Amino acid sequence: MRYLRIFLNFFLMIVLPVLIFSNAYAEYKYNMPVGVTPISQDIYHLHMTIFWICVVIGVAVFSVMFYSLIMHRKSRGVKPATFHGNIRIEILWAVIPFLILVVMAIPATLVLMRMEDTSKADLNIKVTGYQWKWQYEYLDEGIRFFSTISTPTDQLKNKAPKQQFYLMEVDKPLVLPIHKKIRFLVTSNDVIHSWWVPDLGIKRDAIPGFIHEAWARIEMPGIYRGVCAELCGINHAFMPIVVDARTEQDYEKWLQDQKAGLQQQQIALKPAINLEKHWTSQELFKHGQEVYDNNCAMCHKPDGTGMPPAFPAIKGSRIATGPIKAQIDIVLNGKNAMPAWGAQLNDDDIAAAITYERNSWGNNDKEKYGAGAGGTVTPADVAAMRK
Amino acid sequence: MNETIDLTHHSAGTHHLPQQRGWWPYVRRWVFTTNHKDIGTLYLWLSCIMFFVAGGMAMLIRAELFQPGHRLLEPDFFNQMTTLHGLIMVFGVVMPAFVGLANWQIPMMIGAPDMALPRLNNWSFWILPFAFLLLTSTLFLPGPAPNFGWTFYVPLSTLYGPPSTDFMIFSIHMMGISSILGAINIIATIINMRAPGMNYMKMPVFVWGWFITAFLLLGIMPVLAGAVTMMLTDRHFGTSFFNAAGGGDPLLFQHVFWFFGHPEVYVLILPAFGVMSEVIPTFSRKPLFGYSFMVYAIIIIAFLSYIVWVHHMFTTGVPLAAQLVFMYTTMLIAVPTGIKIFNWVATIYKGALTFETPMLFAIAFLFLFTLGGFSGLMLAIVPADYQYQDTYFVVAHFHYVLVPGSIFAIMTGVYYWLPKWTGRMYSEALGKWHFWLSVIFLNVTFFPMHFLGLAGMPRRVPDYALQFADFNRISSIGAFVFGAAQLLFLINIIWTIKKGKPATSQVWEGAHGLEWRLPSPAPYHSWGEPPSVEIVEEEKNIKNPELEH
Repeated sequence: MRYLRIFLNFFLMIVLPVLIFSNAYAEYKYNMPVGVTPISQDIYHLHMTIFWICVVIGVAVFSVMFYSLIMHRKSRGVKPATFHGNIRIEILWAVIPFLILVVMAIPATLVLMRMEDTSKADLNIKVTGYQWKWQYEYLDEGIRFFSTISTPTDQLKNKAPKQQFYLMEVDKPLVLPIHKKIRFLVTSNDVIHSWWVPDLGIKRDAIPGFIHEAWARIEMPGIYRGVCAELCGINHAFMPIVVDARTEQDYEKWLQDQKAGLQQQQIALKPAINLEKHWTSQELFKHGQEVYDNNCAMCHKPDGTGMPPAFPAIKGSRIATGPIKAQIDIVLNGKNAMPAWGAQLNDDDIAAAITYERNSWGNNDKEKYGAGAGGTVTPADVAAMRK
Repeated sequence: MNETIDLTHHSAGTHHLPQQRGWWPYVRRWVFTTNHKDIGTLYLWLSCIMFFVAGGMAMLIRAELFQPGHRLLEPDFFNQMTTLHGLIMVFGVVMPAFVGLANWQIPMMIGAPDMALPRLNNWSFWILPFAFLLLTSTLFLPGPAPNFGWTFYVPLSTLYGPPSTDFMIFSIHMMGISSILGAINIIATIINMRAPGMNYMKMPVFVWGWFITAFLLLGIMPVLAGAVTMMLTDRHFGTSFFNAAGGGDPLLFQHVFWFFGHPEVYVLILPAFGVMSEVIPTFSRKPLFGYSFMVYAIIIIAFLSYIVWVHHMFTTGVPLAAQLVFMYTTMLIAVPTGIKIFNWVATIYKGALTFETPMLFAIAFLFLFTLGGFSGLMLAIVPADYQYQDTYFVVAHFHYVLVPGSIFAIMTGVYYWLPKWTGRMYSEALGKWHFWLSVIFLNVTFFPMHFLGLAGMPRRVPDYALQFADFNRISSIGAFVFGAAQLLFLINIIWTIKKGKPATSQVWEGAHGLEWRLPSPAPYHSWGEPPSVEIVEEEKNIKNPELEH
C-alpha cells in the first residue's frame, strides 16, 4: 500500500508533467503558447529548456530519495550507516549545478538583449492603461481610441450563458500589421497596470509618469488576446486586450477607414459637440443610465450609494443636487482617484450621465434639496465648460 | 560519570508554575509572563488562530473562483480577501509560529535557562495581538479594508488607497517592532548564553537557522518601516516619494519594498530549514550529512537574499543591465539551496528510516519544497519571466515554497516537539490522517495553478476566461478539503494536551540534542544549572561528528 502511494506520487509529480509538456500536448490549456513573434518563440524555447533541466535534476534527486524511502527503512532490518560528510561530493554538487546555470544564463542573456532592442521600428503605438480599459494611440497616424471590455453584463452576472471569449473581448481591438517591427510605448493614466499579450511575448508594466518600450514583429495574422497583469483596482480582471493582426494590405485599408473619420470607430482627439442631434430630457436620462452603469457604477454603485469615503455617494450628494456647473466640472476634470472623464467620454455621454444622476434616487426632490436640484444638462452645457 | 542526569536534584528541572486558582491569576500569568516556554506557547496559539482566519479568507477566495462569473463576493471585497490573506499568512502565521518555535527551543537547545531579555520577549509578543486587531478591524469599519494585494504597490495604495490603508501602515509598524525586538533577543541569547562547551559549530542547525534569520530581520524590518512611512507621508503630508508628478517614482516603492520583501521570504524559510535539519537525522537515525556545509549554505543564502530583489520587478522597465545582474544572482541562490536539499537526501540515504508524523511532513517538505524551488528557477530566467510574472505560475511557485515549505515545517516542528512541551504523545492516527489529506489536497489545489499561469491566467482576479474553468474548479475542491483537514491538526493538539499518552524524556529513538536530556514535559525553568561540559560534548559529537576528526 505504501509502495503504491510512493509510486503514485512519483507518477503524478514527474511522469505526468513530462507527458503533458511534450509537444503533443503543447495545447493552450497546459503550457505557454509558442506565439507568433520571434521573441515569443525564443521565450518558449528558453522556458522548455529550463523546464527539462529541472525535470532531469528532479528525477535524479527524487529517485535517490524514493529509493532510500523504500530500501532504507528500519522495518527492513537495516542498520543505519554512520557517514556524515564528504567534502569532495559537496564541492561536486555545488559546482555542477553552477555550471548548468551558466549554460542556461547564456541563451537567456542573448534573448533578453534582443528583447530590449526597440530600434528601427516601422510603427509606434502608445498604450495607456486606465482604470479599467486601454487606450491605443497610433503615434504616426493621429488615431486614438479606447478599448473596453465588451462582455455583456448579463454574462458576468450569470444571467446569460457565457460565450467563447468571455472576459477576453473588447469593443475596439488594436489592429496591427504583420511583418512590421512595431514599437509599443506603455504608460498609465492612474495606477500601475500591465499590458500582456502572451502570443506576442510582451508584458510591460504601465507606470504612471513613465513610458516603457517593447517591440514585436508579428509573423502570422490572427486575433491575439491578453489581459491586464497588475492589480489595478476593482475591475483589474475586466480590462482585456485584443490584438487584431492583419496582412499589410488589410491593415492599410483599416487605416484609411479610420482616418476617413468613420464616426462609430473613434473618438477624435478633441471631443466635439454632436450638433446634429437634439436630445430630449427623456433621451438624455435613458442614455445617461447606460453611460452611468458602464462607467460610473463600478465605483459609485448602480444605486448611487457609492463606497464612502473613498467613493462618495451620488444619491443625496451636495454636488449632484447643487449647482450644475460644479458637477460638470468634477466629471470633466476628475479629482484624486476619480478619472477626468472629459478625456474619455464625449459631451453627449457626459451630459446624459449627469442628467441621469441629477434625476435619480430622489436627487431631483426640490423640496428636500432646493430649487437648484434636478434639471437637464445638454451637450452644449458640457462643451462650454471644456477649456 | 552517570549517563543520565539526576533531575530531581539538579535544577535542570524545577516546577514553579503558579498554582493559584481563579481567572485573574490565570490572566496575570499569561499577560505578564517572561518565561520563554509560555511566550513560545503564546506565539504558537496566536499563529494558530491567525492560520484559521487567513485560511478562512482563502476558502472564500477559492469559493468565488470555483466557477467563472460573479458568484459570492463583490470584486472589491475579493481584493480585500486576497490582500488580508497574504498579509496575515506572512506576518501573522508563519513569522509568529517560527518565533514560537524559537522561543521554546533555542534556550533548551543551547543549555540556557531562558532568553537573554525575558521582559523584552514578553513585549515582543504582546504587540502582535494588537497589531492584528488593528489590521482586521479594517474589515468592520466603513469603507474597504486594504484591497491592493499584500505587496501594496503605489499609487494604488497611496493616492487610490482607502482610509484603512493607514490602519494597515500602523499595524505593519507594530509587527516590525515586534520582529526587531525579537531578533535582538535571539541574537543576544545565542551569542551570550550558550552553555560552556557549546561552541558555534556545535550548535544545532535549528539554532543556526534562527541566528541568521535574526540578522536578516534586523536588516529588513527598518526598510519596510521606511517604505510604509513614506506611503503615509505621501498620503497625508504632501510628500511625493512615489508620485511622478511631484518628482518621485512609483518604482521607488517597489525597490524599497522588495529590498525588504525578498530577504523576508528567506526569513520565512530559513527556520524551516533549521527544523528539517533536526527532524530528518532523528528519523534516519543518522547524523546530518555535511553539518558545516549546511551552516555555510544558510549564511550564503542569507547574504545572496539581499541582492536579488529586482527579480520581482523584471517587467517594470528596469534597465537591461539590472535585469541581467539580478537574473544571475537569482539563479545563483539555487546553488546553496540545492546543497541543502542534496545533504538532506544524503542524510536519509542508508539510514534506518521510520515514518512517524514529523518525518512524513519532513519528507513531503523535501519533495515539494524542491518543486517550488524548480518553479523559482524557471522564474529566474528573465525572458521567460515576462510570460510568468503576475500570473498563477507565480502563485503556484510561492504556495509550493510556503505551504509544503514553511507551513509543513512548522507542523513538523510542532509534532516533533509537542511531546517535549506537553509531556504527552499526540495521536499518531490523527497525525497521519492530517498528513495524507494535507499533502494530497495541497497538490490538488496548487499544482494546476502552474498550468493556469502558463495558459495565461493573471493573478488577483475574481473572474476568469472560460479556458481556465476546469483547473480552477479542481483547485477549489482541493482547497476546501485541504482547509478542512487543518482542523485535524487543531483537534490533535487539543487532544494531546488533554488525553495524550505520557511521553518519555527521549521521546524519539534517534533524537539527539540537549532538549532531549530534559524530562517531558520540560520543566517550567530548565537548565537553571547549565548542562555539564561532558554532556554538551556528547551531544556535539553526535550532531556534528565532523568535529571529532
